[in-house]
Amino acid sequence: MSPSKHLVVVGGGMVAQRLVEALRDRDTAGTWRITVLAEEPRRPYDRVALTSYFSGRDAEDLALGDPGLWHDPLVTLVRDERVASVDRAARTVTTARGRVEAYDHLVLATGSSAWVPPIEGADLPGVFVYRTVDDVAALRGYVEELSQHRTVRGAVIGGGLLGLEAAGALQALGAQATVLQVGTHLMSTQIDLGGGEALRRLINQLGVGVRLNAATARIRPHRRGGVGRLDLADGGRLDADVVVIAAGVRPRDELARDGGLEIGPRGGVVVDDSCLTSDADISAVGEVACIQGACIGLVAPGYAMAEVTVDRLLGGRAEFPGADTATKLKLAGVDVASFGDAFGTTPGALEIVWADPVAGVYKKLVMSDDARTLLGGVLVGDASAYASLRPMLGRELPGDPAAFLLPEGTGGPPDLELPDDAGVCSCNNVSAGAVRGAVTEHRCTDLGAVKACTKAGTSCGSCLPLVKKLVTTELQKQGIAVSTALCEHFALSRAQLYDAVRVSGVRSFTEVVQRFGTRPDARGCDICKPAIGSILATTAPAHVLDGERAALQDTNDHVMANLQKDGSYSVVPRIPGGEVTPEGLIAIGAVAQDFGLYTKITGGQRIDMFGARIDQLPLIWQRLVDAGFESGHAYGKSLRTVKSCVGSTWCRFGVQDSVALAVLLELRYRGLRSPHKIKLGVSGCARECAEARGKDVGVIATDKGWNVYVGGNGGFTPRHAQLLAEDLDTETLIRTIDRFLLYYVRTADRLQRTAPWIGDVEGGLDGVRAVVMEDSLGIAADLDQQMAQHVLDYEDEWKATLEDPEKLRRFSSFVNAPEVADPSLAYVPERGQARPATADERAAALRGEPVLVAGTTLEVRS
Amino acid sequence: MTILDEPTAVWTAVCRLGDLAPERGAAALVGGEQVAIFRLVDGGVLAVQQHDPFSDAYVLSRGIVGSRAVEGVEVPTVASPMHKQVFDLRTGRCLDPAGKAPARGLPPDLRTWAARVRGDVVEIAVPA
Repeated sequence: MSPSKHLVVVGGGMVAQRLVEALRDRDTAGTWRITVLAEEPRRPYDRVALTSYFSGRDAEDLALGDPGLWHDPLVTLVRDERVASVDRAARTVTTARGRVEAYDHLVLATGSSAWVPPIEGADLPGVFVYRTVDDVAALRGYVEELSQHRTVRGAVIGGGLLGLEAAGALQALGAQATVLQVGTHLMSTQIDLGGGEALRRLINQLGVGVRLNAATARIRPHRRGGVGRLDLADGGRLDADVVVIAAGVRPRDELARDGGLEIGPRGGVVVDDSCLTSDADISAVGEVACIQGACIGLVAPGYAMAEVTVDRLLGGRAEFPGADTATKLKLAGVDVASFGDAFGTTPGALEIVWADPVAGVYKKLVMSDDARTLLGGVLVGDASAYASLRPMLGRELPGDPAAFLLPEGTGGPPDLELPDDAGVCSCNNVSAGAVRGAVTEHRCTDLGAVKACTKAGTSCGSCLPLVKKLVTTELQKQGIAVSTALCEHFALSRAQLYDAVRVSGVRSFTEVVQRFGTRPDARGCDICKPAIGSILATTAPAHVLDGERAALQDTNDHVMANLQKDGSYSVVPRIPGGEVTPEGLIAIGAVAQDFGLYTKITGGQRIDMFGARIDQLPLIWQRLVDAGFESGHAYGKSLRTVKSCVGSTWCRFGVQDSVALAVLLELRYRGLRSPHKIKLGVSGCARECAEARGKDVGVIATDKGWNVYVGGNGGFTPRHAQLLAEDLDTETLIRTIDRFLLYYVRTADRLQRTAPWIGDVEGGLDGVRAVVMEDSLGIAADLDQQMAQHVLDYEDEWKATLEDPEKLRRFSSFVNAPEVADPSLAYVPERGQARPATADERAAALRGEPVLVAGTTLEVRS
Repeated sequence: MTILDEPTAVWTAVCRLGDLAPERGAAALVGGEQVAIFRLVDGGVLAVQQHDPFSDAYVLSRGIVGSRAVEGVEVPTVASPMHKQVFDLRTGRCLDPAGKAPARGLPPDLRTWAARVRGDVVEIAVPA
């Protein structure tokens, strides 16, 4: 069916993007054809993340959503095309270049522009606003140019959210920054005076100056040209080489004004709760819309307006639910959150405040007059309670509200049951209720089904632990036993299967599935096969590619490299403890150079080389093995690295030789297959430069020996490792780690990291300590023996593969044309190295446009 | 008397059975196209496209081969090594999109080629 109606969207910002995405998602009949007229010369981008543009990212990284949206035949995006007028009678819009588009419905999503107060000198070179990628790029260019000659002094006019971000951005560029705030405290729209004061101290600690009650009278030029200094209304002055104005925004409502639509008292196009303007053929969404009496400069209410408009376009009756003005800011490690009635303006409202100026924390809850219902709050310095408190707005808090404000370790708040409307997956906007509904109404019985049903956790995946917890709780409520079965082929959990395999002594997948599987003739799947491969690796050690073992491995283990998004692989040689000779570095560099690989230093103190074709892997590894390197197991669920600081050998503060211990540990546990990756760290003194407490096992030197911490990790739910034992000598330390690791390998669930595993062990950390330190299960001798065997049996997987022609046969590009390289791989140069070409770049190259796209032999270092 | 149609496909030799490891795949170039050929545990071979419609990369031969019960029948499968979508190796049908949609609006199901073993030679039927 061809589309019968034409929607024209004026503006190409975040809200416009969401509107088009939602309409294409829901308009399955294809009723609407959409034209987006955008003033900026690029696709909609993530304006909220603009500041991250300074931390080395480029404009491409700010892309929003699936770029495929703009290839949809029903969607036309016209960039660099400003709309000049609307003819409501004829129902057409005309652009500045004379393009005319007739519409059946028009959406104004023109957003805001930065407001520049009428100050003398605001038009001088070196004065910037902070709104678009181009603004930010111009600012960056100006500061980088100046900083070649001297330290750049920057001033930011405006101490709101945007002003603080701009100050952080200036600092990231190496400039000094001072924020000038007209009012009494920072972020005065969101937080109260007490919170503002705490925030000022935190911002000062970051090295950013703050001047309060500071109105700028004029901006003076420097005699060499450009801006030179600011004169303040109180007679003070401030030298500045660059000025950023972040004094607020004004809605871009000029089209609506010229068209005679109703305008709000303080600007903005007036809309009703269905987002319609005073003309029923025109809607307005986002910052330009004056809804319920105000324009709202936040993205979440804009998204809500986009959803309402889409629903109405498809004949629905959705209404704007009211603005959620909750904000959470994270600026260079400073947490600020504000939600609900943050200023306590509700009659009879009570304020409960916890302030610790030494720790830089200010927290306030606004409660109803009976101190039971949560009305709002301000959190500065520690906003960890925000996620659990915000969904409780307008609801009764269980117990004493003060419990939510006190620091960790003082008992803590009671467990909150997330309300149904609380957001769980912010990428796909899925609520806790939707996740529960997938179980109760749509009869989903496992995480996979819930993901498919709700889309929760299908984008970045960071909410999956929370989704899993909700699903498990809901299933248990329904009286459904939550299965610990590995997959459809095994009713046992990984830990049960480990025991079964170890005790029975079976050595192959076929034997395992015939003895313990649900169907003896089944051939497993991508879940149970790698799990059994991992179990057999420690119960019946053999090369990963030996016989039937080869069929159990994920491609990473199968070719002993890490699969990347384009089908190429990355290669990481082991660098034990991060210690490497100049000759070793040169050898790695030469390999990367000869094979045209992209190189990057990893977080685990070694070097990753990207862009290797499958058929190049043996050639690369022959060179690395010849230079004395071995597999780094970066591809395996196994020991990755043991990170270390330089330790007492060189450091003025070190008390033990952390590098020597790290090398010893890494060589001891290399190749140990486990339920998930394992990382270790060793610090030579309590300053903890190796960040060992962020590792599964962290060792920190003391004057008397070593302290060992377990269960730390980074990732989505960062955890600090907890103290397992103190002041151990090296021998006891190694025995303790041996037992800890193998107890984990034997009993953890598939893909369960050490932190949640410790939580699942009976007795928690104390239970683990009883097993590994006091041998409460009587298995210590067995664990010691198993680790001794592991150390004895270790061989470099890559060296062994290179010596076996049968194994090398797996690495050809095409079984019938091994001399042909995979023609689908394409690369473009970036910052002196190669990176995979994007889908757009490949398409452009195919159309004959001048984009440098080449195969893996791309010469970028000429 | 009826005249038989011209044969619509030509059996083309690709490799020897011994070139394929049991329960693993290999990529082949057949008529300029990338084909993923899999050797099952019983020595049979099946062929689908090497291109993974979900990740838009040519990788399916490197996935894990397994089986899944579909309406009571044990069906041979491959899981994409990129994001674990599961496909029926006999029909190319996508059995589990893992909550994702294919890239660029591509169909989720795979193209298949008829494959057989003659002696120890693996052959693929290439449309004439």
